[in-house]
Amino acid sequence: MAATALPTLTAKDLTTDQEVRWCPGCGDYSILAQMKKALSTVGVPKEKMAFVSGIGCSSRFPYYMNTYGFHTIHGRAPTFATGLRLAQPDLQIWLVTGDGDGLSIGGNHLMHVLRRNVDIKILLFNNEIYGLTKGQYSPTSRMGTKTKTSPQGSMEQPARPLTVALAAEATFVARTIDVDVQHLTGILQKAAAHKGTAFVEIYQNCKIFNDGVFEYATDKSVKADNLLYLEHGKPMIFGKDRTKGIRLNGLRPEVVQVGKDCGVDDLLIHDETTEDPTLATLLSRMVGPDFPEVVGVYRSVRKPCYEELLQKAADAEIAKKGKGTMADLFKAEDIWTVS
Amino acid sequence: MTPPAGAGVAEPKSAARTTPATSVEVDSVTIRFAGDSGDGMQLAGTQFTNTSALFGNDIATFPDFPAEIRAPAGTLAGVSGFQVHFSSREVHTPGDVLDALVVMNPAALKTNLKDLKDGGVLIVNSDAFEDNDLKKAKYTVNPLEDGSLKGYKVVRVPVTKLTRESVKESGLTSPRDQDRCKNFFALGLVYWMFERPLDTTLKWIKDKFGKKPEHLPVLEANTRALKAGYNYGDTVEVMPVHYKVAKAPIEPGTYRKITGNEALALGLVAAAHAAGKTLVYSGYPITPASSVLEQLADMKRHGVKTLQAEDEIAACGVAIGASFGGAIGVTGTSGPGICLKSEAIGLAIMTELPLVILDIQRGGPSTGLPTKTEQADLLQAMFGRNGESPAAILAPQSPADCFDIAYEAVRIATRFMCPVFVLSDGYLANGSEPWKLPDVSKLAKIEITHPTEPNSDGTQFHENGDGTKGKYLPYKRDEYLSRPWAIPGTPGLEHRLGGIEKQDTTGNINYEPANHEHMIHTRWKKIENIAHVIPELAVHGPADAELLLIGWGGTYGSIRAACERAQKQGKKVAWAHLRHLNPMPKNTEAVLKRYKQVLVPELNSGQLCWLLRARYLVPAEGLNKVQGRPFLVSEIEAAIAEKLK
Repeated sequence: MAATALPTLTAKDLTTDQEVRWCPGCGDYSILAQMKKALSTVGVPKEKMAFVSGIGCSSRFPYYMNTYGFHTIHGRAPTFATGLRLAQPDLQIWLVTGDGDGLSIGGNHLMHVLRRNVDIKILLFNNEIYGLTKGQYSPTSRMGTKTKTSPQGSMEQPARPLTVALAAEATFVARTIDVDVQHLTGILQKAAAHKGTAFVEIYQNCKIFNDGVFEYATDKSVKADNLLYLEHGKPMIFGKDRTKGIRLNGLRPEVVQVGKDCGVDDLLIHDETTEDPTLATLLSRMVGPDFPEVVGVYRSVRKPCYEELLQKAADAEIAKKGKGTMADLFKAEDIWTVS
Repeated sequence: MTPPAGAGVAEPKSAARTTPATSVEVDSVTIRFAGDSGDGMQLAGTQFTNTSALFGNDIATFPDFPAEIRAPAGTLAGVSGFQVHFSSREVHTPGDVLDALVVMNPAALKTNLKDLKDGGVLIVNSDAFEDNDLKKAKYTVNPLEDGSLKGYKVVRVPVTKLTRESVKESGLTSPRDQDRCKNFFALGLVYWMFERPLDTTLKWIKDKFGKKPEHLPVLEANTRALKAGYNYGDTVEVMPVHYKVAKAPIEPGTYRKITGNEALALGLVAAAHAAGKTLVYSGYPITPASSVLEQLADMKRHGVKTLQAEDEIAACGVAIGASFGGAIGVTGTSGPGICLKSEAIGLAIMTELPLVILDIQRGGPSTGLPTKTEQADLLQAMFGRNGESPAAILAPQSPADCFDIAYEAVRIATRFMCPVFVLSDGYLANGSEPWKLPDVSKLAKIEITHPTEPNSDGTQFHENGDGTKGKYLPYKRDEYLSRPWAIPGTPGLEHRLGGIEKQDTTGNINYEPANHEHMIHTRWKKIENIAHVIPELAVHGPADAELLLIGWGGTYGSIRAACERAQKQGKKVAWAHLRHLNPMPKNTEAVLKRYKQVLVPELNSGQLCWLLRARYLVPAEGLNKVQGRPFLVSEIEAAIAEKLK
């Protein structure tokens, strides 16, 4: 049997000659490294990859990937990526955005690219702050976050990126963490394999303006009690001793002690392929300290992409009337000849 | 008189005419159909146009409809009109004053009467002048009875009653449905008046309503109403006279009628065919540009991909993203949409990607006059972005010219790797004229090459080698300063584009002061280089002309007609029309400096005039109108007379 050799890449192949200019200790470095690692395994040649971004610290990402790249304007990256997809059906397209770029100035585009299910992998680096503009509160900043523009603390309810994505009918929704390198790589690989819009929220530490905001999820001594790692087909268990679980009580999830409040069989079993996004939405709304925050793949379902439906419509038209030519372009209902 | 095809079917007839109507030969007629938005006046006007075009007249049309989709019936706000100028000569405008006006209600009379010439024919649906109708149109006395119409040839026709009578055996039973045939009755009467055959419209009715059994009563009713209107003219002596307009001497060829927006869509698709490319068009619904998106959405078998975007910005982003991917990226909108797209257009300028932006101008600022025409976005296209961000600007001069300009825009955008604005307007978009189908083999070639190999020989920066050998340099420029267009998917040419200032040649991020200035100048110079591939400005007029009229865009017809009339009277006037506004043709300055006086007619407060004065230091003066309506030929004629007195 003839095996088709998949292209193999090294992290070096994917590195550009541009100096990386993020602040020392920024979570973006880890994401960049894991991205190169993940992409070296997905079997796609680098000329078949493109990175599109908007504006912000995260949006510098394309300059550091030796693939095709397009650093666009603030918030609008989904629109450029959509256009690129219409022109190039078989490119692997990644979109890198942040909480300000993706959920504030670009909130509208994010909703619509998800609803159209254009085949693009969206990574939202959530650091809950505006970093490039030097430290203003963002749409994901927690209530009370003190910044230069919120000296008394933020007075706004933070947006929940995954809840937003699920409400917009996203077909792939996941969360991971910048420093959990193994998990991050695995999620990136799964996003790469998804057909349709993939949406990945990455908790990302901003060393300068919002340091430690995700410490509860990264500090080894406490994170097991604060995070629930989703595994497809497995019960939702978490905690240092893996004795805590999530059970559904009516329409509300609750934390239970396994073996004390109930047995393992009473816990929610994770099924990422569930058509209905309701349960995934409930999980996306769980926040500490009352609940563990949920990481992993919430939802992964296959639905037609905009570009697939467009091609199907074109094929049907061609089957019916033939491929359009320049000559039949000008035909109209009423044509007359003057001799 | 020979009865027209299909007119011989028995209809309820009134007393037969005892004397035949006199026939008068005229060379040109302007007629307007006006009524409530629900009266089907656009349809009646379109049918009359098609019939006249097929008959062999030259034509130009202009629809005028309210911004409200369904204003309260019978009110002044709800009046919709369609004007047709048809002639045995070449025509360039839909006509200044009306020779004939058809009004279906008092509101239509009130809003349109001012355009009817003294002694013109006024056909009135006299059934629609009850107290309540008059009140809605804010008439205190009935204009049909107060003597105010005595300067016109008034033809009072009980259209509503006669239509109901004519369709009563059609199968349409409700008076409401029956009344919807009134436009066909009126159209039939007008066909009689101008000796037009009915067959084009009869065929249209059959094609439209003959396919489904439930529509057959509508087919029958409309057919009967049309014929009844015709026979009414033929048998009742209310119409004193009918008119003959002979065929026009039209260049041999195959023709169709085309509106500006139809021509834009076809021009874009033809260019994509010529280039062997996918056309990606993205727009957001906006008057008067939406019909371009609507048409292209139905042209998928021509390799057209459309996306109705979530907003104007997204539509522009989609087009630019498609260009990055190697397709022909186009977005279309009207003025308010251009404001929103400005930042994205700046990115296309900075990254030097091809992009075509259609701006179907309407009255501004802000929401302005959505359904009315204006030419007030020229300076927005020229300067309306942050930083110094030059783009090419083209403007079609007639509905049919929209085809050539759209095609030209794609050619320039891909040759010079830059955004190209197409400034059409509401008048061109909805107006129509006969269009001779182009000879495909004679269209300009659009040859696009995408590099497949690295383009650096390693000596870009130093003759002894600079380490770039074997690399792709995205901003390495050709003789016109255009850059190569390598597309994603090409092995070895991976590169990054972005909105940050870049080093020339390599495209690497670069903030050095001298580099920025160099790049600003290079982007300007590149746009100026377009002048090398466009035709020179043609001037029409006597060698000893003292006055030059120079215009752009949709005012072409009025300017040309006015100048030709003035020239016939021996006036020393010449005219020229700019289709390329940035850059302008190379000889523009020389042309301007040849004349003692330069007059710039524009439907704005003087935008081209401002550019000409600033750029060429000529004492050009403006002739300006900002009323949401095109120039009348007479207005320009008067200005010429004033200048040369």
